[in-house]
Amino acid sequence: MNPFTPSAPTPFASAPGPTVRAVHDEFHGDLLEVSMGPQHPSTHGVFRMVATLDGEQLVKLKPVFGYLHRNHEKIAENTTYLGSMPYTDRLDYLCSMSTNWAYALAVERLAGQAVPERAQYLRIIMAELTRLVNHSCLVGFLFNDLGTSFTPLLYAFREREKIIDLFESLSGSRMMCNYQRFGGCRVDPTPEWLAAAQQLVDNFPRFLDEYERMLTGNEIMLARTQGVGRLDATHAINAGITGPVLRASGVDYDLRKVDAYGFYAQFDFRVPLGAHGDTYDRYMMRILEMRESVKILQQAFKRLPAGPIMDPKAKLRGFRPKAGEAYGRLEGPKGELGFFLISDGSPNPYRYRVRPPSLINLTLLEEMCLGHTIADAVVILGSIDIVLGEVDR
Amino acid sequence: MSDPVTSPTPFPAAGNISDAEREDLRRHGILMTSLEELHNWGRSNSIWPLQFGLACCAIEMIAAATARFDIARFGAEIFRPSPRQADLMIVSGTVTKKMAPQVIRLWNQMPEPKYCIAMGACAISGGPFKQGYNVLKGIDRFIPVDIYIPGCPPRPEALLNGLIQLQKQIKAEQLTGPNAARFTRPEEPSEFPIPAYGAHDLVPTKNDALWAPPTPEAKA
Repeated sequence: MNPFTPSAPTPFASAPGPTVRAVHDEFHGDLLEVSMGPQHPSTHGVFRMVATLDGEQLVKLKPVFGYLHRNHEKIAENTTYLGSMPYTDRLDYLCSMSTNWAYALAVERLAGQAVPERAQYLRIIMAELTRLVNHSCLVGFLFNDLGTSFTPLLYAFREREKIIDLFESLSGSRMMCNYQRFGGCRVDPTPEWLAAAQQLVDNFPRFLDEYERMLTGNEIMLARTQGVGRLDATHAINAGITGPVLRASGVDYDLRKVDAYGFYAQFDFRVPLGAHGDTYDRYMMRILEMRESVKILQQAFKRLPAGPIMDPKAKLRGFRPKAGEAYGRLEGPKGELGFFLISDGSPNPYRYRVRPPSLINLTLLEEMCLGHTIADAVVILGSIDIVLGEVDR
Repeated sequence: MSDPVTSPTPFPAAGNISDAEREDLRRHGILMTSLEELHNWGRSNSIWPLQFGLACCAIEMIAAATARFDIARFGAEIFRPSPRQADLMIVSGTVTKKMAPQVIRLWNQMPEPKYCIAMGACAISGGPFKQGYNVLKGIDRFIPVDIYIPGCPPRPEALLNGLIQLQKQIKAEQLTGPNAARFTRPEEPSEFPIPAYGAHDLVPTKNDALWAPPTPEAKA
């Protein structure tokens, strides 16, 4: 038995009472309340956890949100449909391309807008490249939390820079691409761009092999992640958790297969599934998904058709969809990313709502962390993969 | 360089010798400098930033620390998680009204000499989120900012350029005399009042000693 592995996960029960004083007189002994964040080196942005500790073990964990609440939804309701597109970049600032797509998808559903074939393929290329960026960076940040102090992140950022360079040469911005439009894409990539992207994707499995050789079998990593932060499938489904965190618990639910939005139905790829739902499975999910993304990208480059990238009937200026409502969702790198829009026929949406995967995946943080040490809570938070721009909006 | 006539100290500039004479001495293995220059040279080349990310710009700040941009070339790679050990606060991202008191508290906890870089449009003025009800319209309403880096987000090169500008500013600082640097003067405040997160807005909404709204110019 590994001495670092807790023998059994504790039942999902939080210590009673809102504060330390309330639990002090029970037979828990002396409890200590620790506030982690909003400024803390390992809380991934301005997230705050109020942890109640019994010795080093967590008995209660209260998340505190709202330190990056930037009024995204209210601003979007006061601007035009196209005017919100740059704001969606800043929701999940690591993967702006797929956030753009989710918003474009919702507006296209609302307006009944068709998308040409080449644009659909380009969208898939951009979304999968974004997934590579997000997952490689996430693994780097996760290992930062495990205490490797930056080295895996340096490798991840080396690959990120290559992909970001491609995005920049295409859209003009490194992070905030603002690339998708209602009815297509903004810029058509040149053959040189596609050749460069193809070469990057061809080389990506070598980076993954290198990454895995460094990280996957590492003894300390196994001791710190296996059996830590278990999440069973029933709890995950009940809490509405999606994305790699859900699939790590063994639930086969991937919107690319379920909804088959875009042209994903025509692609041959597998959905990796975990068995234990622990931090190690969540880490492996990211590595395996990156390998599947490479497969999707290879197929997309092979089949990319010629043609227009914008629907000729698409209207960008003076865009007024008729009254109605629509929900567009896609499998973002972090989970189900959805936009719900209600139109009253005016140039602005009447209601604009984001379904952020980061926030909803965070709801079971306490259940995952209870009974583990405070150091493990940091690792569990890292394995959930949150971006505060999306959590607080 | 301070004026040797008005400066009360016996070691005003880098010695009262010309650059040519200095270079001549250097060739003979003699290094002439002043305490001030030596002090500023050391400080400007080992700025320790606070490891403190707020939003999107923080990712570009991390990118500036990675191999491609390598902020270590400028001696600023040691990001300290504790404000007590940091010299430089890079306000990287949107400061919301809920976060502003903590940002100012972090600034107050940093020891002098300390510097502040406002990175990105949001930290400068609220940026694209300026119209939001929960966004502070510029961190310079509460703490003094030395360098502003525009961009949304600024590229890592822009952050490096901002750092180089800050180094130039530090190298020009004087330790004594009437134009001595801010941190040498005890009457200059080092800590600033922390606003409360009130029911509708921060209370007070700005530090009157630091910031006033620009007066509209009357057209002639």
